[in-house]
Amino acid sequence: MAETHSLQDMRQQAAVAAKVFIQRDYTNGTVCHFQTKFPSELESRIDKQQFEETVRTLNNLYAEAEKLGSQSYIEGCLACLTAYIIFLCMETHYEKVLKKIAKYIQEQNDKIYTPRGLLLTDPIERGLRVIEVTVFEERSLTR
Amino acid sequence: MHLGVSESMRECEYSQISTRSSTPMETPYKHRTPKRRKWESFPGRNKFCCNGRIMMAKQTGVFYLTLVLILVTCGLFFTFDCPFLALKLTPVIPVIGGVLFLFVLGTLLRTSFTDPGVLPRATPDEAADLERQIDVVNGGTGYRPPPRTKEVVINGQTIKLKYCFTCKIFRPPRASHCSLCDNCVERFDHHCPWVGNCVGRRNYRFFYMFILSLSFLTIFIFSFVITHIILRSHQSGFLNALKDSPASVLEVVVCFFSVWSIVGLSGFHTYLISSNQTTNEDIKGSWSSKRGKDNYNPYSHGNIFTNCCAALCGPLPPSLIDRRGFIQSDAPQLAPPTNGTTMYGATQSQLSHMCDQDQCIQSTKFVLQAATTPLLQQQGSEPVVLTASPENGCSVPGRTSLGQPTPPTSTPSLSCHEATEMLPIHGQCHTHNHSHPLQEPMAHHHFLTPEEMPSPPGMLPCGSPLGHSHTIQAGFYNPASQDSLHEDSVRGLVKLSSV
Repeated sequence: MAETHSLQDMRQQAAVAAKVFIQRDYTNGTVCHFQTKFPSELESRIDKQQFEETVRTLNNLYAEAEKLGSQSYIEGCLACLTAYIIFLCMETHYEKVLKKIAKYIQEQNDKIYTPRGLLLTDPIERGLRVIEVTVFEERSLTR
Repeated sequence: MHLGVSESMRECEYSQISTRSSTPMETPYKHRTPKRRKWESFPGRNKFCCNGRIMMAKQTGVFYLTLVLILVTCGLFFTFDCPFLALKLTPVIPVIGGVLFLFVLGTLLRTSFTDPGVLPRATPDEAADLERQIDVVNGGTGYRPPPRTKEVVINGQTIKLKYCFTCKIFRPPRASHCSLCDNCVERFDHHCPWVGNCVGRRNYRFFYMFILSLSFLTIFIFSFVITHIILRSHQSGFLNALKDSPASVLEVVVCFFSVWSIVGLSGFHTYLISSNQTTNEDIKGSWSSKRGKDNYNPYSHGNIFTNCCAALCGPLPPSLIDRRGFIQSDAPQLAPPTNGTTMYGATQSQLSHMCDQDQCIQSTKFVLQAATTPLLQQQGSEPVVLTASPENGCSVPGRTSLGQPTPPTSTPSLSCHEATEMLPIHGQCHTHNHSHPLQEPMAHHHFLTPEEMPSPPGMLPCGSPLGHSHTIQAGFYNPASQDSLHEDSVRGLVKLSSV
């Protein structure tokens, strides 16, 4: 309770010192993959390993969403046969994974990032272009 | 340790000013404006229906033509040809025809109404971050540099990612900016006027299914209408057959011309799918061997079967633009480097829309404050406190009192310049439109943003903004010396500044 209260209030009252953007990495094609290079602005705030672990997990989740496997083929064929009407009632595999990603990011924020004065924004809110890391000013934490 | 930190944070929270507490200016604003959905302020040139559920291009005339052609031709077929064929041959014919017709209609509507994979435009923070990175690369030159590109190696091929000046992003590979819809679209194939939408990553399979099923339907109708006419001519002669069923002639004509184009298009797209190319890439010859021996398509999966499966049965990504979401007004903003004032109350998308307008409004208010201060002192009327309401989150001067106009964060020289331009317009409006002091002047002011103002070669020296506008208004208001007119102008100015 106290943690969520502080999270919400941090978002509204703490001044934003900087925003760091982790861009997409297109070396594997058009699949959703973010750069794992550790940005220098976060050096003082978070452990490099931890941050890279978060980004790597996110990349794996997106890869799972876009995977060309039997499940996606069955879903696609079934949808085609029903003239895509089932999309009105059923949630696609991609959407299910996006929900998983949202939960993961919320978890990471609560456990790791908010106590360090950082906030990860779900990339879907930025059109899957960037992972936005909001860096809050230190003053409220050091008081 | 952690508990101690959170406790001290909690103490901080209660001692800080809570932004949720309603100020007199904020609550009426919040009550006045209902929550808007994101599609209502979408920057691209698109049409939205059913409260954001349906998304199309702006020009939909040809789409309605497609719809009419299909409906009329099929309608005529079911009405005039099917009864004869069902009796003479088999009732399966209208059933198959019906199934094909419904499939064609379903895929057409799906193609036309689905978001093709539009990439949302960059938030102002993102755009600023990218600009900073590009400036670092370019060596920090002031003028606008040539088109920006970024190179990336995908599967051994060097691909140039172009920067989109409209959307302020580096376009992902295979994305392209549609000039008709004014959006960047992922895996952009082409803009199809027949379906009234772009064809991109999210609706390509529907488009392909549409043209494939339409080819089958066209061939189906064409062949069975010919069969119908032949059977009738066996019965009563060729001319009589045509007389008995005139609709068939129309159907044959429509189908004849459609078959060539639709079947040809289906064949072309079958080729594109099997080689995993887009129409855009094929037309440009991006992956043709003519460009070089080592030129190959880096996106192809290697074999035709996998390419087809990936294009038609692969995972369908959801829409990135969240049309039906509500516009959030409490996102954390970057603190600007001004004298302690912070931005609050606006989303970044709103900011990108409203900042220019708001800068203009704030500049206007400053000018009006500066102008009315000496006027009211001359008049000797009761002191008026000119306040600026904190609307839309741009930097706010705060409550001001007479004699101390606080300039907005835009440079004083700009607002001086605006003073020279705006006062005459404003004055004219007042003399002409006595009853509408608010509407027209605001409309005029809306267009005079700081960017649009041409900077004169020799800028008027702006020592003190107050003094400058004082001299200007002194020169202008002398002709309007009648008391009532003067009073009305002042009242109008004061009213405007308190908007």
